[in-house]
Amino acid sequence: MKRLLLILSLAIGLGAGAVRADVAPEVLKGLASEDFDAKQGAVAALAEAGDADAARLLKALSDDAVAVAGDKLVIVAGEQVLDAANGKQLKPAPASPDSISLNNSLRQQVDGALAALRLLSIDKAERLAAAKALLADMGDGAALLPLFDKALKQEQDGDIKPILVQLQAQASLASPDAALRLQAVQTLGQSSSPAVKALLLPLIEKQGDTFAEPDEKVRLAAQTAIKAIDGRLVWSDMAGQVFTGISLGSILLLAALGLAITYGVMGVINMAHGELLMVGAYSAYAMQALFRSRFPDFVDYYVVAAVPVAFFVAAAVGMLMERTVIRHLYGRPLETLLATWGLSLVLIQAARLLFGAQNVEVANPAWMSGGVQLAENLSLPWNRLVIVAFSGFVLLVVWLLMNKTRLGMFVRAVTQNRPMAGCVGVPTARIDTLAFGIGSGIAGLGGVALSQIANVGPDMGQGYIVDSFMVVVLGGVGQLAGAVWAALGLGVVTKFLEGWAGAVIAKILVLVFIIIFIQKRPQGLFALKGRFVD
Amino acid sequence: MRTPVSVKLVAGLGPRGWLAVAAVFVAAWVLVPLAHLMLPESHPLHISTYAITLIGKILCYAVVAVAMDLIWGFGGILSLGHGLFFALGGYSFGMYLMRQIGRDGSYGADIPDFMVFLDWKELPWYWSGTDSFLWCLLLAVAVPGAIAWIFGYFAFRSRIKGVYFSIITQAMTYAAMLFFFRNETGFGGNNGFTDFKRILGYSITAPETRVVLFGLSVTLLLGTLILGKALIASKFGRVLTAIRDAENRVMFIGYNPLHYKLFIWTVSAMLCGLAGALYVPQVGIINPSEMSVANSIEIAIWVAVGGRGTLVGPIFGAGIVNLSKTWFTTSFPEYWLFFLGLLFILVTLYLPEGVAGLWAKIKARRAEKAALAAARAEAAAVPAAPRTPAAPDSKIPNGTAAKGA
Amino acid sequence: MQNRRSFLKAAVISASIAAMGGIASSAYAADTIKVGILHSLSGTMAISETALKETALMTIEEINAKGGVLGKKLEPVVVDPASDWPKFAEKARQLLSQDKVAVTFGCWTSVSRKSVLPVYKELNGLLFYPVQYEGEELEKNVFYTGAAPNQQAIPAVEYLMSKEGGAAKRFVLLGTDYVYPRTTNKILRAFLKSKGVADADIMEEYTPFGHSDYQTIIAKIKKFAGEGKKTAVISTINGDSNVPFYKELGNAGLKAKDVPVVAFSVGEEELRGVDAKPLVGHLAAWNYFMSVKNPDNDKFIKMYRDWAKKAKLPKADTVVTNDPMEATYVGIHMWAQAVEKAKSTDTDKVIAAMGGQTFKAPSGFTLKMDETNHHLHKPVFIGEIKADGQFNVVWKTKGPIRAQPWSPYIPGNESKQKL
Repeated sequence: MKRLLLILSLAIGLGAGAVRADVAPEVLKGLASEDFDAKQGAVAALAEAGDADAARLLKALSDDAVAVAGDKLVIVAGEQVLDAANGKQLKPAPASPDSISLNNSLRQQVDGALAALRLLSIDKAERLAAAKALLADMGDGAALLPLFDKALKQEQDGDIKPILVQLQAQASLASPDAALRLQAVQTLGQSSSPAVKALLLPLIEKQGDTFAEPDEKVRLAAQTAIKAIDGRLVWSDMAGQVFTGISLGSILLLAALGLAITYGVMGVINMAHGELLMVGAYSAYAMQALFRSRFPDFVDYYVVAAVPVAFFVAAAVGMLMERTVIRHLYGRPLETLLATWGLSLVLIQAARLLFGAQNVEVANPAWMSGGVQLAENLSLPWNRLVIVAFSGFVLLVVWLLMNKTRLGMFVRAVTQNRPMAGCVGVPTARIDTLAFGIGSGIAGLGGVALSQIANVGPDMGQGYIVDSFMVVVLGGVGQLAGAVWAALGLGVVTKFLEGWAGAVIAKILVLVFIIIFIQKRPQGLFALKGRFVD
Repeated sequence: MRTPVSVKLVAGLGPRGWLAVAAVFVAAWVLVPLAHLMLPESHPLHISTYAITLIGKILCYAVVAVAMDLIWGFGGILSLGHGLFFALGGYSFGMYLMRQIGRDGSYGADIPDFMVFLDWKELPWYWSGTDSFLWCLLLAVAVPGAIAWIFGYFAFRSRIKGVYFSIITQAMTYAAMLFFFRNETGFGGNNGFTDFKRILGYSITAPETRVVLFGLSVTLLLGTLILGKALIASKFGRVLTAIRDAENRVMFIGYNPLHYKLFIWTVSAMLCGLAGALYVPQVGIINPSEMSVANSIEIAIWVAVGGRGTLVGPIFGAGIVNLSKTWFTTSFPEYWLFFLGLLFILVTLYLPEGVAGLWAKIKARRAEKAALAAARAEAAAVPAAPRTPAAPDSKIPNGTAAKGA
Repeated sequence: MQNRRSFLKAAVISASIAAMGGIASSAYAADTIKVGILHSLSGTMAISETALKETALMTIEEINAKGGVLGKKLEPVVVDPASDWPKFAEKARQLLSQDKVAVTFGCWTSVSRKSVLPVYKELNGLLFYPVQYEGEELEKNVFYTGAAPNQQAIPAVEYLMSKEGGAAKRFVLLGTDYVYPRTTNKILRAFLKSKGVADADIMEEYTPFGHSDYQTIIAKIKKFAGEGKKTAVISTINGDSNVPFYKELGNAGLKAKDVPVVAFSVGEEELRGVDAKPLVGHLAAWNYFMSVKNPDNDKFIKMYRDWAKKAKLPKADTVVTNDPMEATYVGIHMWAQAVEKAKSTDTDKVIAAMGGQTFKAPSGFTLKMDETNHHLHKPVFIGEIKADGQFNVVWKTKGPIRAQPWSPYIPGNESKQKL
């Protein structure tokens, strides 16, 4: 409370005109001390001071750029070292300054003080950022009400004004004037933010026998507002769940598409398929390392480079597997299962020896971090959006390959009727190798996608084998549509079940469902039509 | 067509065979106990506790391998989820062992420790009766059997076979493993059952108990072999191998493969359950990772290494692979997985009949050479006599048929 | 055919019996003391446990360089139970009965410890367990050098509830589904209740091992936290799953200053494989951090860095030290001291001599092995994650805290409080 009053007075003071003064030495000492209360008091004093020096020091604190060098408090600004008290550059720069540490609550305090300082700044971008920050965390609204009133009077910009209106409404909720409260509740009823709902909830709560909110009209208005917000939230909740389902489905699709192709062509289930995912993920890791050392300016684009590299490396590994092992087991699918399982063990241990048993760090590039906020409670992470788009792209390319190229035509021919295709001159052995390569390459692409959202380690593939198999079994073989529908369907159903019953039960139910489904329709959802025995 | 289940136990073993069986029996029940209990530790023939538990464990694995051979080598059904039945048998018997801890657990309560820290006040309904040895032994056979029967009935009725069947057995064991990992399921979750104290009133760590368990493992293995041999030598066995080789034709002749496959599948599961029940007191712990997919696939490699369709080969396979595992993880832990992976690949590529097949080939070649030498000697001794026909036709081995699976 | 088959079987059995006899080690040098190291070097736990094996080897070499123990050199016997719990029991038995080790330093997960316990009790061996765990255990043959819940979990929650930690009023107890998170959450729930937190303000969720899709759970947490009161997440998620969890947390926009997450299984080693930028500000509670500044820690870190280079460990120049490694280091030294005091490696004598042992640890505090409860008195540090994967210590206890292996918050433990 006290600190808010201080912030308030500083903000008004700032509007009146800046006063230059060095930062007081007690404040500097408080910041440099180990005691939490001393630090808190020092930040509050800075907020109260409100001048440009205080603002600069607050900003430096927020950037974790304040340090102790000897007996002075300094700000580290890139190459320069500035005196914290007055901002003058120190020459010669003191050696090895020891940065002071803030914890979460101090950081929150600093950010709150900065936001209030900037609300009345001349720069539009600063005002917008400050308004958004205050929206996220306002603290004690009532004390800030005069500040919001003043800011609203001054504000012309169309982006910032609605935020200020909402801030004012939120702050008014605690006002002693019932009419103001009523108006605030009605304004807030337009929102679709769960945070706003959280502010309104206390108004309809009871404390013992009496309501927290004395005025009946305000109470009723609050209830209506809460219902309205809830209604809007339900839609975005469901949209959020559908998105998570599609996101999971897109990953399953990338993982299983290659397997569906190879099984269709050769009747071979490759137990080392998960390891091809791992190969793709490690290719992404290698690309990241390469870009970091050779092209540090373009490091954010390592993912783009990783895509073709992963495809070709995984395809090469797949074709090698096919030539050396799988080809010789033609006609013996069960032995192929065992042999490919052996291959997967070898690949896992090789990865362990090459890259270490530990997981390796694969960072999201900056353009894939964070998320897009569609609604207050619906935030879609960028990395997942990119992956959904990427799997759509891969699907399109594969469809084009299968349906518009000669190679694709041969692959489809061999899938439908191998002996006849051989008779009319399709080189089945070569098609086998190429199809296996394509399938493995797609798995490599899946690995790149996985590296952005999951761990990259030697046995990362093991977690996706059973899922890939289920997609293939469910979707049927011979048509891409089967894999697509099966993957997306499984993804969405799993996520909905998960929200209802928890992750483990959801997975078990899905597996049991597939086992039962297979009894009824052994050939899967989309099966090749035609007469053939077994 | 009536379902033939004629288990003629006494048929199939000649008098010399029975003598050999008796010899092994005596060795297991008399010599090994003597070597473990009577001889001092420094004696070269002393069998340590470590050795006896290790061999006992491998014998239980051998039973599972033989059971797997029955369905794969003779039935053509590759199951990648047999570890589930083994683990279920282990859990069933483990429930009995957990009840036998009584109040000696960390909390001194009537219910097992893991239920205490989950805040459960009493045993759930599926634990009732588990303080009876016989009931739990029955569960160890009945539960895997029942689950196998239900799963197999629906699967074989829909004529799911080959790769699809293997994959859904994999899904089955994976789902079960996830289910048992949950603490709410009431089977100890990730910790499983451990810290056993007593069995039938005897201390579980006493040397005498260990010896008895060892002897029972040998007996179970012998019994499994005898049962397997009887099944395979009977008409049932012939139809089964015919189903393995050409299921459609067998159907056209008029047999219903469902009954045969279902029967051998259920028997195999029950044998695994019994093996699991004997495994748990010897190893001292059962936990859901026994149901992992990797474990089940390893069972298949034991059979492949030993030799499919020979009944005895898988015992070698289980022994070779498990002893290698023990040796490798002691000496070269980083290379164990390479070895295992290469074993899978090389055995399926170059040794499809396994070690037993290799042995049979060597024997056949030696017999061939001996016969050829004898024929040459005869021809040399009687040069004017008409040429005797070439070496006898002995190249079609018993049991191993065309590569239909 | 039948008699050959049976004969073959007899041959197999006798051959393996003979082989077993051969494997049993007969001779061992009489002038070394064997020390067993029982950590997974392959499998899922290799990520965490390999560093402990290296620390143990390094410490043994340090002790040997100073003359060994009782005039004899220590000889490490390393086995790999490969993250397979039944194998842990088998290897433990091998260490005790074949190799005849005087002491074992090992185990990480509670499952592995519980599966080797019967072996150590039966053969009267000695085990030092260096990892933080859920308590509810006190065995004569084991010394616990990791934290009990009151030396890690409870101080962390107290910090979160304090003004300095953010004054949290609602709590999400999120863990992997096994005994450590279950027991810890049970203790925390009782603790929170005793501090007046209502049941409706506690959300408890479990995910299976290796779970990597945390979208639904993060959405639930967001909803729970958005209901007005300041919320904190207490994470007992194990190992691998932490990476996708934190990634998802960062991408969903849940900042540490809004909803702080304190983890008990995330240390410097786990952060090595992770991009720590989205995690800045989230917390962990341990009895040691690599970033603690004091001369003993500098020496410890340098010693490990040199060892890593010498042993050619992968990425040797960026190796980190963490709490279980420090606990291993302290445990081995304390055992050596106890052996010197007891003038023998006999298990019972060493157990008697362990009580009261002290050692100046890299955490900067002098740790003491309690006289009766086989646990160390340890200090508690709360650290915030920095962008470089290190921790910024934001709070610590004044001195070491005595362990309470039998938590007073679990009913039934009332009689065990004096332990």
